[in-house]
Amino acid sequence: MTSIALLVATFWLVLGVLALLQPHSMRLARTVHVPGAVAGLVLALASVDSTLHSLPAVIVHLPGPAGFELLFRAGPLACVFLALLGVAVFAISIFARGYFRPGEGTPPGVLSFAYHLFLASLTVVLLAHDALTFMASWELMTLGSYALVLSEHNREDIRRAALIYLVMAQVSALLLLIAFGILSHGGAILDFTAMRSDPPGALGTSLVFLCALGGFGAKAGLLPAHVWLPEAHPAAPSPVSALMSGVMLEVALYGLMRFVVILRPELVPWWGAAILALGTASGLYGALYATAQSDVKRLLAYSSIENIGLIATAFGLALLFASAQEMTLAAFAFTACLYLCLNHTAGKSLLFLATGSVLHATGERNLGQLGGLLPRMPWVGIPALVGAAALAGVPPLGGFVAEWMLLQSWLTTPRFFATPLDLLLPLAAAIFVLTAALAAYVMIKFYAVAFLGRPRESRLLSAHDAGPSERMGLVSLALAALALGLLPGAVAGFLSSAVARLFGPLPPGATAAPGVAVFMPSRVTYAPLPLVLGAGVLLALFILGRRLRATRRTATRAALWSCGEGPVGPRAQDTSAGFGEPIRRVFAFVFAVEEQFPRPADPYPHYRIRLRDRFEVLLYAPLPALVGRLSALAARLQRGRLAVYLAITFVTLALILIGLRWT
Amino acid sequence: MLPALIDFDAALLLLVVFAMLGQRRVGTLINLFALEGMLLAAASVLEGLVQARPELEEAALLTLVLKGLVLPWLLHRMRRVLSVRWDDESPAHSVGIHLLGLAVVVAAFAEAAPLVAGGAGRDLAMALAVVGLALLMMITRRTALAQVVGFLTLENGLFLAAASATGGMPLLVELGIAFDVLVVTVIFAVFFLHLQRRFDSLDLARLETLREE
Repeated sequence: MTSIALLVATFWLVLGVLALLQPHSMRLARTVHVPGAVAGLVLALASVDSTLHSLPAVIVHLPGPAGFELLFRAGPLACVFLALLGVAVFAISIFARGYFRPGEGTPPGVLSFAYHLFLASLTVVLLAHDALTFMASWELMTLGSYALVLSEHNREDIRRAALIYLVMAQVSALLLLIAFGILSHGGAILDFTAMRSDPPGALGTSLVFLCALGGFGAKAGLLPAHVWLPEAHPAAPSPVSALMSGVMLEVALYGLMRFVVILRPELVPWWGAAILALGTASGLYGALYATAQSDVKRLLAYSSIENIGLIATAFGLALLFASAQEMTLAAFAFTACLYLCLNHTAGKSLLFLATGSVLHATGERNLGQLGGLLPRMPWVGIPALVGAAALAGVPPLGGFVAEWMLLQSWLTTPRFFATPLDLLLPLAAAIFVLTAALAAYVMIKFYAVAFLGRPRESRLLSAHDAGPSERMGLVSLALAALALGLLPGAVAGFLSSAVARLFGPLPPGATAAPGVAVFMPSRVTYAPLPLVLGAGVLLALFILGRRLRATRRTATRAALWSCGEGPVGPRAQDTSAGFGEPIRRVFAFVFAVEEQFPRPADPYPHYRIRLRDRFEVLLYAPLPALVGRLSALAARLQRGRLAVYLAITFVTLALILIGLRWT
Repeated sequence: MLPALIDFDAALLLLVVFAMLGQRRVGTLINLFALEGMLLAAASVLEGLVQARPELEEAALLTLVLKGLVLPWLLHRMRRVLSVRWDDESPAHSVGIHLLGLAVVVAAFAEAAPLVAGGAGRDLAMALAVVGLALLMMITRRTALAQVVGFLTLENGLFLAAASATGGMPLLVELGIAFDVLVVTVIFAVFFLHLQRRFDSLDLARLETLREE
């Protein structure tokens, strides 16, 4: 498995370099995506194949710089994420083949190189088994995605967005370096297995955990460091957004899981509680902000924050259960966590790709200017419906299975903590349910405003459907999302070895039937297939009934009554701002809103609303001023007097000597 | 017998540096620096004999030529060209500076003497004291030429530390450092000429107007 994954990564690199040979050739850049997609499929199939899976993990030694050894190893957990990566890459590469158009920004060959470099580094991050390999590929991943975000670098706002992303990524990498520095005992041990057997003391592990949570959280978009997501996603081309949101955020969470595995012997209850708290807060915050967005990609970015929040919640819950020795519950919660990851990858990548097709067909990213696209773009609209339903957590799809399983384990939580945690856990469950409901609301807003109703602008009437390779990408992701929904038992079986490695095995019988999800064999089961069949039969009966009635009665079509005000235009439909308005009113204290109302007598009334991120306003906006004040303080030392500088040197020397004396 | 001579030599060196600390006549300052260079060369010779390291003798020759003859000659030329005789601008309270210097020496001994046992520890402490005093000199002086002498003294202190504690640096390194010091002195000379033309003075306080606001 490891060697297959490494081969695929190398293959991607080769493809990227190949595209670089003729950087201005659009044809070459497009052609390269096809074998790349096939390689993704190979990777996915190899990681799903349980016979390859159960082989003892291979450690490949490669001579690295300065005598280092690079260790690669595809453990069961990495295989889950490799499968997720492979499927996403297959669909996104195929889609991207038809998506990229000659633009004014980066030449296509360079873009293709950055894309394949990004893919290869994602793979290697998952395979890395020592700190050096991990950090090197982690940074390559950042650089590749940064170059992709920057693909239209002649625009000022895009450069700004890319810079914000890069700064966040560097802060995250810095925190990870600190964490690795402590874990490796100052660079002595780089191998993850050796780190695991030789953990630092209690204070050290807590520090490592906090650094890892901060570093991976920033990259994944957990709460205080989520601000780069709504900036970077609108700036990046859609396939890149799909890859970053659908895969890279998950890979960041994989890193967090990996760290917890390394620190496992020292597992402390408050770690799970911390992740849980951060996850629920991010989830609710992301969902609330998503309801209020009008830009499609910003909406999806906030929805990603929400999804990552839910995944972190599930992981935190699993850790809490594990620290209370409730291993079966922990296993179920972690299964739900991984399930949510898979579902988010399929659903969110799909929606980002669909957004890209809509953007190409209409040139519009503002939800308020879209509408009625489903009859014009069925090849985009129907897969997008599947993706939206998956993310909304609606029954026959994967989101429901994951949330169902998580809530089952949550609601059977025994009273095991004789602490305030017992009171806070149900509260967190309530927030989780609220977040899931809001997520459904967001998805309805996204889909209904863009695809249903009537076109709000006349140029939407001429919107054309996506091209063949775009269709293929969309449909394959939709099929993946459907498979996640309809075969919960099989998916749980695939996840079980990773779950078993971290939290012990699922109870026997939990993964017996591929079409049935089982929670605690004696308790509850959920079978989507009969549900779908039943619903299908009912729908067929309904349509049949209507047909029969229609033959008996004749309907007359007439103009809509509009109180005598003239014809009702498409602008009379609910707008995107209007759709999110109730939530924005109820949770007004969360948002930083500036509203502008029109004067009553204005013949062309406009209602303007500017929505800013609370964290940006309260936390990040004052930051430059603070830095400025601190540097002014430092500048007071800089008098330009040689004597002062020399005195500083002298005092420093004296302090160092005194320090040496007393240690 | 020889170690006692080294101690005596190093003590003389310290005394010379103390004399430099309060000296306001620039010509005398440079002469004292030349004396310091010669004492340093003597210390290097003695260390070479004690530690049986012939390369220290070669370093001693280098020191004698460079720090005892060439650099003082360069500095005197500079003094004549720039026509500086008195260090007028530096603060006059030399008693306070000498007291501070005493504190530096005491601290250096407290700090360095326990590090290495025996006579070498004493020598190391004296070297450290020379470095500290040179820094003190650079802090208190405002005339550029005196600062350069302070800087060169600091380098001497480092040389003494290297010779006493580690048996000297390899000759190649020593050659490199010596050459660097020479170059630095020449650069300083050019710099001072500019300073003189621009401000009509060698007072470093004038440089304060150059700082960024």
